[in-house]
Amino acid sequence: MSASLQRGLNAFKEQIDAPVAAFFSSCVRCGLCANACLFYTETGDPKYTPIYKLEPLRRVWRQEYTFWGRLAKAVGLSKAVTDEELGDWEELVYDSCTMCGRCSMVCPVGNDITYMIRKMREGMAVAGHAPVGLVGATKRAVEIGSPMGVKLPALQAQIRHTETEFGLEIPVDKEGADYLLLLSSMEIMNFPEFIGAVAKIFKHAGVSWTISSEAFEATNSGIQIGVSEIAAELVQRIVTAAEKLKVKSVISPECGHAYMAIRWEGPNLIGRPYSFKVVHILELLDQLRAEGRLQTTGKESQRLTYHDPCQVSRRGGVVDQPRNLLNMVAEDFVEMPETGTMNWCCGAGGGVSSNERADEIRLKAFNRKKQQLDAIHPQAIVSACSNCRIHLEDGLEEYGMDMPVISLTETIAEHLAEDKS
Amino acid sequence: MTETELLLWVRGPALQIATVIFVLGIVVRIAGILMLGRKKNLAEARGSAVAGGLRTILSRSIPDPGTLQRSTFNVVAGYIFHIGLFITILLFAPHILLIEDVFGVSWPALPTPIVDATTVVTIIALLAVLIHRLRHPVMRFLSGFQDYLVWLVTILPLVTGYLAFHRVGIAPPPTLLAIHILSVELLMVVFPFTKLMHTFSLFMARYYNGAISGYKGVKS
Repeated sequence: MSASLQRGLNAFKEQIDAPVAAFFSSCVRCGLCANACLFYTETGDPKYTPIYKLEPLRRVWRQEYTFWGRLAKAVGLSKAVTDEELGDWEELVYDSCTMCGRCSMVCPVGNDITYMIRKMREGMAVAGHAPVGLVGATKRAVEIGSPMGVKLPALQAQIRHTETEFGLEIPVDKEGADYLLLLSSMEIMNFPEFIGAVAKIFKHAGVSWTISSEAFEATNSGIQIGVSEIAAELVQRIVTAAEKLKVKSVISPECGHAYMAIRWEGPNLIGRPYSFKVVHILELLDQLRAEGRLQTTGKESQRLTYHDPCQVSRRGGVVDQPRNLLNMVAEDFVEMPETGTMNWCCGAGGGVSSNERADEIRLKAFNRKKQQLDAIHPQAIVSACSNCRIHLEDGLEEYGMDMPVISLTETIAEHLAEDKS
Repeated sequence: MTETELLLWVRGPALQIATVIFVLGIVVRIAGILMLGRKKNLAEARGSAVAGGLRTILSRSIPDPGTLQRSTFNVVAGYIFHIGLFITILLFAPHILLIEDVFGVSWPALPTPIVDATTVVTIIALLAVLIHRLRHPVMRFLSGFQDYLVWLVTILPLVTGYLAFHRVGIAPPPTLLAIHILSVELLMVVFPFTKLMHTFSLFMARYYNGAISGYKGVKS
């Protein structure tokens, strides 16, 4: 057995905790999770059944933690998981799973399959079976500070541009600000309007904020690939910057996995609670709304729907806030069938978008989103994740659908009432 | 061995052995799961893990509308045979008498004709479930030896119980009853080592799932 395989199997063993053992003990192979997964429903291939994607991890559980499994292993009746098998599973664990968590909502015995995929990736990565694209993104995140290779000068250029365009100051490295805004590379490169929108809203609502020149990247490739040490380092950069600037809160931008990383996994990765709070931008906007600090005027007349980014709603708990905000600015807001925590993934989260090999299946799986949209025929889709946004646009183009995808924060900024002051 | 001796052995030593394996096996399995433990969550909670866990234990008994629509057969047949097993095992008068004998507790039984009809319905549901497992691409793909073994040891007590009650077949009644009890003992012995464990472990699985979500303020 090669050293990397041994490390991978050891990682599997270490990842198995009480919930994992309870989940595997309970699975009755009913297959209901298949119909909860867009990679199965749009391909019809049984290998994309969510619980099957965990088969190597399940075998390690059986061999290490069950009576018959241990006995069979001892007398040589059950074979250890091989390097070749892990190679075969790479596509199932990374390319055709966005860790969207829909299967975890459906399993009748209550298995949180996504929780186990996240754990399984820890073993896959150390065994050397992570996709090349994701390895590259992770390397860039560690070395350059961004999975897309975005450096500080690029951000500074966008900040200057935004300041000129909006006539607003974008505070950088302002010590003692209340909020530290993080950004995703995707926002800096593809949707810089987001920075202007936030600046406009915060000026309107009187929010004291800043961006850090040392830690502005919100995404965390370490989590997507499944290497906790790297994930922890990326979180630690933000924690260090936040503590240095003495902010009260850190804002996760319009990015699903960034929110999961910094809000829910972060403290567990670095092994201590934060000295600050973490809020998603939509949570903060909704809080400003509730406090009467967010005044809007006029409404969008077009028929709008909201695409819940999986890690923001289903896995993150920010479900009502976007709806409260949309109702402020939308005249004709319609929900897709199976929305909120049961929404269907865009097909590109969880590292799939960094993995070019997955492009074909990602676009195929998008047919699920198409069906959801076809049921209500919206004129535009609002969302709160730049990764979703890019891949919704990509999917819509692929399927010849003409529909803009817009940011909720930007939509709110466009409807701000004239400044109260 | 005469048929009376067989029945005595089946109701005596054999039942004792099966019960010990059944109870000890389940306790060891559950302890084994709990002993693996889990890390404390250091992220600031938005909701209650305990409330979420308890909620999901109940809420997962009802499928979401999309699942009901896409997997109608699994859901409906699943409900039928589970409710059927509950009725035939726990609401049949002779079974309640046995439980009262051993544990000293009892409850009202359903009229025997109703239990009898339920048995037939449950057997039919289980046969349908087997056919579905063999025919449905996903289920056939996922299934292994254990899935068919578990199906067999589940349906056997129903079939032998039905035969014993109706006194059909070639063997005289005491032997039929002995075979019925033996089939139950087989089920009990297999139980802790297979997916039949879900009867108990699903409460843990649902709790963990709901707790993970509830902590984040999500209803799962």
